[in-house]
Amino acid sequence: MQTQTKAAFVKTLPVIASYLVLGFGFGVLMVSRGYPFFWAPLTSLMVYAGSMQYVLVDLLTGGVGLLSTAMMTLLINARHLFYGISMLEKYQHAGRKKPYLIFSLTDETYSLLCGQDPPEVVDRYKYYFDVSSFGHFYWVLGSLIGALAGVALPWDFRGVEFSMTALFVVVFTEQWMTARDRLPAVIGLGSSLVCLLLFGPQQFILPAMGMILLLLTALRGYTMAGEAKT
Amino acid sequence: MSLHGVLTVLVVAAVTALIRFSPFLLFPPGRPMPAYIAYLGRVLPYASIGMLVVYCLRAVNLQPLGAALPDVIAVALTVISYRKLCNSLLSIILGTACYMLLIRVMV
Repeated sequence: MQTQTKAAFVKTLPVIASYLVLGFGFGVLMVSRGYPFFWAPLTSLMVYAGSMQYVLVDLLTGGVGLLSTAMMTLLINARHLFYGISMLEKYQHAGRKKPYLIFSLTDETYSLLCGQDPPEVVDRYKYYFDVSSFGHFYWVLGSLIGALAGVALPWDFRGVEFSMTALFVVVFTEQWMTARDRLPAVIGLGSSLVCLLLFGPQQFILPAMGMILLLLTALRGYTMAGEAKT
Repeated sequence: MSLHGVLTVLVVAAVTALIRFSPFLLFPPGRPMPAYIAYLGRVLPYASIGMLVVYCLRAVNLQPLGAALPDVIAVALTVISYRKLCNSLLSIILGTACYMLLIRVMV
């Protein structure tokens, strides 16, 4: 292996476990809802967005309309907009590799590439490409193994869907512990609870999104994030 | 998979890609980003995770109250183990295993 490909591989070591385990969970979940095994890796290949794919399984089974699906994706993945913004200059001259680098800009890829490049790197775009595609590979592989395990193993995987809840609860707890300002998290949780009570479990998501945007906009001056100057 | 299923996957893939590509199309180097958009970018990740937690638990049965116990206990275990150990994967596995066990022994 080339020295800089090796550097890219070493860089991705911290995300191997999480991509494989979360991918595995996603694969098991997909086949447990009755989808053929190849849909999990195929979805991972095309979408490549961890938490959104867990929600996707739910949208599939719930028979949700395409517009609601698009809105949901927009809100959940909106943060990726800002990964792109901070990589604008870094990827500017990436040439033929640029579309793939942008496509594969997940939370993990961003966290691995937003800092300084290691000293072994001679061709930086090749290095970015390697890091991005290693991650993509683990994610697809994890989904495939999970889907095959779900089909082949005679275990009862009932309840495995809780891995999605656990994932978001962990992210919420982590943000709660580290956020400078908890108001946005409270707005998200509170608006959704209120709308769940008002509109019921089938209909509450769109009103909740509206209420969240409204409150975040109205309370902009009161949140620390609103004061911070970019 | 039904046509609706295939379209759902394609819509998610397309919207996700659109989000990732739009900064490169909208804000070429040297063009500043509106402050309101930058603000939303900082706060939306927090608000949308709160929404997703509620979304995951939307169907929890509260009648009778005991039916919600597996969810309550598994969420509590996930939160507490994460606060103690700060290991996301471990807490996800613990919480899920706990839930899978509880729905078998309690319900």
